[in-house]
Amino acid sequence: MASKADLMGLLLTALVRLITGAQGHWKGCPPKAEQRIYFANHQSHLDWMLIWAALPSDLRATTRPIAARDYWTSSKFKAWLTREVFHAVYVSRQRSEDQDPLEPLVEVLDAGDSLVIFPEGTRSNKGLPQPFKTGLYHLAEQFPNVQLIPAWIDNVNRVMPKGEVVPVPILCTVTFGAPIQLEPGEDKRAFLERAREAVVALRPHLS
Amino acid sequence: MGHLRALTVDQQVGLLFVILFGALIVVSAISGLVMLRRSEEEGSSRHIRVKAELRAIWAGAIVFWLAWVSGALGATLLFAVFSFFALREFITIAHTRRSDHRSLILSFFIVLPAQYLLVGFRTFDLFTVFIPVYVFIAIPVISALAGDPERFLERNAKIQWGVMVCVYGLSHAPALLLLEFKNYEGRGAFLVFFLVVVVATAQRTQEGASRWLRRRPVARHIDRSFSYRAWAIGATTAAIVGAALYWTTPFKAGQALVMAFIAAGAGSFGEFVMKALKKDAGVPSWGNRSAITGAVGLLDRVAPLCFAAPVFFHSVRWYFQFRG
Repeated sequence: MASKADLMGLLLTALVRLITGAQGHWKGCPPKAEQRIYFANHQSHLDWMLIWAALPSDLRATTRPIAARDYWTSSKFKAWLTREVFHAVYVSRQRSEDQDPLEPLVEVLDAGDSLVIFPEGTRSNKGLPQPFKTGLYHLAEQFPNVQLIPAWIDNVNRVMPKGEVVPVPILCTVTFGAPIQLEPGEDKRAFLERAREAVVALRPHLS
Repeated sequence: MGHLRALTVDQQVGLLFVILFGALIVVSAISGLVMLRRSEEEGSSRHIRVKAELRAIWAGAIVFWLAWVSGALGATLLFAVFSFFALREFITIAHTRRSDHRSLILSFFIVLPAQYLLVGFRTFDLFTVFIPVYVFIAIPVISALAGDPERFLERNAKIQWGVMVCVYGLSHAPALLLLEFKNYEGRGAFLVFFLVVVVATAQRTQEGASRWLRRRPVARHIDRSFSYRAWAIGATTAAIVGAALYWTTPFKAGQALVMAFIAAGAGSFGEFVMKALKKDAGVPSWGNRSAITGAVGLLDRVAPLCFAAPVFFHSVRWYFQFRG
C-alpha cells in the first residue's frame, strides 16, 4: 500500500509536470540507476522539484536533495515534506568548529544513494551561474567512483519570478550532460571552473 | 442512404466511429507490414515520419471518440485541457518578460476556464465576444499595472495572440458539438468530424501539391513550399470532399461545398501564419527545442484547427440564423 508520503510525492510530481512539463533531456548519459552526483545551475525554489520530476520514478527513490536544516525543519509540514517525501539530507548553514559541513553528504554517498547539489550555493537570476563552491571538489575527491553529472535547468525562472506566489505554466527542461571526472593532480580551482563550464555548455541554444 | 437515416443519432455517430477506427486499423496494419519487410536503414526517416503521422491520427481519432462518449461536459473539459497545453507551448516559445507574470496568470487560470464554462453552458453570445472584447481590454490593463513600459505593445500582442489562437480558436471545436440545429439535435459530432476531415484533407493535398508543382514560393522566408496555387488546390479538394460528406451535416451539398472551402482555406492560412510565428521565434516546431523526450508539439497539430474552427463555427451559425 502506498504511504501518505508516496502519494504526496506523486501529487507533487503531477503538479510540477502540469505546470512545467518537467522534461528530462538525457544528452550525455542515460537515466540509469547508478550512484551519481547531479550538479546543476540554481535559479529558483522549483529547481529541485524539477530535477526530481524529470527523473524516472525508480531513480527518484534513491536520489536525494540537500535541505538547510534551520529552514526545512522549522515546521512540522516542512520537516515531513523534506524527510519523508524527498528523503532530503539536512545540512547546517551555520558552520560549527567541530563539524565538517560535508559530513551528512558523505554519509549519504557511503550508503549508496545519489545526490543533487547546486554548487553555486545561492540562487542567481543573472543567467550564467556564479562560481562554484568547493563542496563538489571534495566530494569528487572522496568518491572517485561516483559519476558526476552536470545538468542545466532551463526556463524555471519564468515559471515563478521572485516575489510571485502563483506559478505560470511554461515548459521547462533539464538537460543532463556527460559525466565528468576529477583528473589526477587537477587543481581545485581548475576543476570547479571545468565543472561550471560543463553545466553552462548544456544551455539550450535557439537554432 | 435511406436505412442510414432510419438509425438513431447515437447509432449513426457510433457507425461513423466504427468506420473511422476500422479504416485506421487497416491502414496501420498495412504500414506495419510494409515496415517489417524493409530493412532497418532503408527509408528510416520516412518510416519515422509515417509512424508519427499515424500515431497523431490515432490520437486525434481517440480524442474525438472520447469527446463524443463523454458528452457535453466531457468534451468541453477535454478541449479545455488541450487549450491549456497548447497555450503552455505557445507562451514557452513566445518569451514573455517577467512583468507579464500577472497577465499570464489571468490568461491561464481565469480566461481559459471562463471561456470553456461559457461553452459548456451554451452561452454562445457572450462566448463569441468574451475574449476579443473583454479579455483584450483586461490584459493590457493588467500589463500596464505591472509598470513596465518596455516593449509594451509587443508583449501584449504575444499574450493576446496566444489566447486568441489556443483558447478562443480551439474552444470553438466543443462549441460545434454543442450547437443545436433544428432536426439536427445531438449530431454536433458529425460537424466536428466534417471540420477535421476537411481541414486535414486541405493540409495534405496542399503539401502534396506544393511538392508536385514546385512553384515559386510566395514568401520564401516564411515557408518554402507555400504557393497560392497549392493553397487553392488544397482548399478546392477539401471543398469537394466536404460536398461528398454533406449527408453528415445539416447542409445541402452546395452549402457543404462552400462551408468546407471556407473552413479548409482558413485552416491552411492559419497554418501558414503559425509558420511565420515559429520563424519569428526561431524554432522549427512548437515541440520543445531539442525533442528527445516528452516533446509534444501539440500546437503543431492543432494550429490549422484553431484557425478553421471559429471561422467555420461563425459562418455556420450566421448562415442558419440568417435563414431563421
